[in-house]
Amino acid sequence: MDPPPGGWKAGDSTGSKSAPGPDVPTAPLEALDQLWFQVSGTVCNLRCRHCFISCAPDNHSFWFMTREQVRQALEDSVELGVKEYYFTGGEPFMNREMEAILADTLELGPATVLTNATLMPRRRARALARLAEDSLYTLEMRVSLDGITREMNDAIRGDGAFERCVEGTAELVDAGFLPIITCMRSWPEAETEGYLEAFRTLLAGLGYHQPRIKILPPLLIGEEVKRTRGYEDTERITHEMLHGFDLGNLLCSRARLVTARGVQACPILLESPAARLGDTLAEAASKPAPLGESACFTCYLSGSICSNTGSTTGADR
Amino acid sequence: MIAAREGDRAPSETTSATPLWRPGPFATSEVPEVKKVAAFGGIYSNHRALEVAIADATGRGADLLLCLGDLGAFGPHPDRTAEILRQAEIPVVRGNYDDSIARGLDDCQCGYTDPKDNHYARISYEYTLANTSPEHRAWMGSFPHELRFRLGSLEVLAVHGSPRRMNEFLWETTTPTHFLDGLVREAGADVLLGTHTGIHWSRPLGPGRWYVNAGALGRPPNDGNPEVWYAMLEEVDGELAHEFVPVSYAVEELANEMADEGLPEEFIETIRTGWWTTCLEVLPGKERGRGRH
Repeated sequence: MDPPPGGWKAGDSTGSKSAPGPDVPTAPLEALDQLWFQVSGTVCNLRCRHCFISCAPDNHSFWFMTREQVRQALEDSVELGVKEYYFTGGEPFMNREMEAILADTLELGPATVLTNATLMPRRRARALARLAEDSLYTLEMRVSLDGITREMNDAIRGDGAFERCVEGTAELVDAGFLPIITCMRSWPEAETEGYLEAFRTLLAGLGYHQPRIKILPPLLIGEEVKRTRGYEDTERITHEMLHGFDLGNLLCSRARLVTARGVQACPILLESPAARLGDTLAEAASKPAPLGESACFTCYLSGSICSNTGSTTGADR
Repeated sequence: MIAAREGDRAPSETTSATPLWRPGPFATSEVPEVKKVAAFGGIYSNHRALEVAIADATGRGADLLLCLGDLGAFGPHPDRTAEILRQAEIPVVRGNYDDSIARGLDDCQCGYTDPKDNHYARISYEYTLANTSPEHRAWMGSFPHELRFRLGSLEVLAVHGSPRRMNEFLWETTTPTHFLDGLVREAGADVLLGTHTGIHWSRPLGPGRWYVNAGALGRPPNDGNPEVWYAMLEEVDGELAHEFVPVSYAVEELANEMADEGLPEEFIETIRTGWWTTCLEVLPGKERGRGRH
């Protein structure tokens, strides 16, 4: 990529520190279209080697949200005109209240769950399908699968993850879902079409004949820094880069993340103190999002990768 | 009182052509209130369905026929659709396709990122752009972004996608009622009328307040039936009465035209079978699940 007008601006390369200071560019909230919930905190049954927030069974830095906490935010979201609800973690189904939380949400609008599908017995898949059938709104299941083979996936997501994920995906398909298979691109961009075809073949073998596949670019923070690399000093959003740039491409111009302890600018920046915008949704919605984190650079290049549509090839623009 | 918000003009190389059309009813603010309106969603160059729909809506007593934009895509001979609309003096709201064609943009602004969807969207867009006359492109550049009119006692705002974004998808299963209510309140209207998704639906928002998505005249709503649809709206005792009207047309003749033009078999399959074969990425799970592909 060519340097932006005015050249690159230096930042820290740790990939996890804030870049405080008055010179940090910001993005105002244009509309609160997406409300995200860190519903299982940083607790996950897997310990993935690319996790941008290092979720794990013993990472309790963010704890589960209660059904009541979610209810309160849902109530607030009506006045704020939220269009879509997303649930992430950690693994959302580690939260014992998850099905009840989804039932509450689906009374108001569409819900998407970002899951590794390894905790998806038939009973749960069928219960979720009933929730979806009873609602006017769509319940999307977004399944993280990071490879087309056991070797490829488990090298990132841990031993046994592939088999359990594939089983869970098959249960979801059997229950009537069209899960969105989400995969971090761990190959050169030019090879994406070949991988997409391999994913289609794999999914067809599970009886999934209308496959929806979303390839995401890697986020060079958290565990991924150890697996590959962190962001370079030059990989930062600067004021100059925003000239002529449509801030609407950034998720933080249309979303906020509610956690068990405060509201963040976006789901990627869970651990960023600078991205904590308030105790309440109303407070966080009133403030612009700082773009000083290095991960903001990926969003700048690739658009709103976290949304259900967009960036399905994981390509940089 | 009828008001139109002006859209951007086409670039000078296209506006230099002499316009052939006469100003339609929305070109002035003197047009009386309407009693019954027929709203046509995306035409997608399906000029055969358009002709049938115009005759049908006129026969049902509509005193205003309105097109909600996206004249081109998928179908053959885009100029034929433009000629029919202009001859009938049907006002058109600017769709993203019309905006792209008028301005000669690189793509249709549908926002696809899936490689397969992009492949077919590119074929469709390049064919439409190459086969739309400069005069019609200039005409498209005159389309307003929205039209506002009174349907009896109800104020109607007609847009392509949403009042805030021309290419915003408002699907039935991903659009909360409170969100629609906010859009309608902000617009100061009673009824919000749109298209862009290609699948018709509607939802009451309160007494006399509705969102109506007219669907598309250009291709079937992914339901396994080749009929296409438009919306008919009128006010009855202060409340909106509306229905979606199926349109049967000469599918095989259109299919033959598409084949003769070298358009993809996938596009032809859709109008023949009623199942969408392309542009599937943007469909929410429920709408996608009702289809075959």
